[in-house]
Amino acid sequence: MGALTKADMAERLFEELGLNKREAKEMVEMFFEEIRHSLESNVPVKLSGFGNFDLRDKSERPGRNPKTGEEIPITARRVVTFRPGQKLKQRVEAYAGTKS
Amino acid sequence: MALTKSELIERIAERQSQLSPKDVELAVKTLIEEMADSLAGGGRIEIRGFGSFSLHFRAPRVGRNPKTGASVELHGKYVPHFKPGKELRERVNDSLQLEGGEHQDSDSEGGQVAAS
Repeated sequence: MGALTKADMAERLFEELGLNKREAKEMVEMFFEEIRHSLESNVPVKLSGFGNFDLRDKSERPGRNPKTGEEIPITARRVVTFRPGQKLKQRVEAYAGTKS
Repeated sequence: MALTKSELIERIAERQSQLSPKDVELAVKTLIEEMADSLAGGGRIEIRGFGSFSLHFRAPRVGRNPKTGASVELHGKYVPHFKPGKELRERVNDSLQLEGGEHQDSDSEGGQVAAS
């Protein structure tokens, strides 16, 4: 089974909620864009039933070019982390598929 | 402060005129449900410009009850994992660079930060 994509999600809104194809596509775009916009404004996002997108500021740390071994500092950065909610964790944990 | 599902619904409703707030609410809930269902069924999610969600396997291990010290067999399990996509990573990191490393009030609107 392939991965779930924006196209699949729009298709579902079309089939299940009767949005027209253009509305469905725009809805999916706006959904992810509003989340990105919040995160780039340094505001975390909490979606109950799914999980939280948090922001972490990392300070500069020493790094190395793995090819040359040369030392290069890894600059300070802000990163997004995802913490799945309790409900999603439990549902996923119950998934008994084969690993790999 | 954080953006919640209901605020996300409000924002999307404000940004478009064709659908009623009720329809937007139903659409957002449907999208979140579909994503959760996908992961719960062992699937992956790939959203270009946002990121991908997949399951990581945690091997079985022997844990300990912190109160009694007794060892407990913990079975292997899957946990959801998110890898931010390039656009999200860059936009979030650029916001830090714009702040010049200073923390600003997180409720100020982005994009209006004067270069120092």
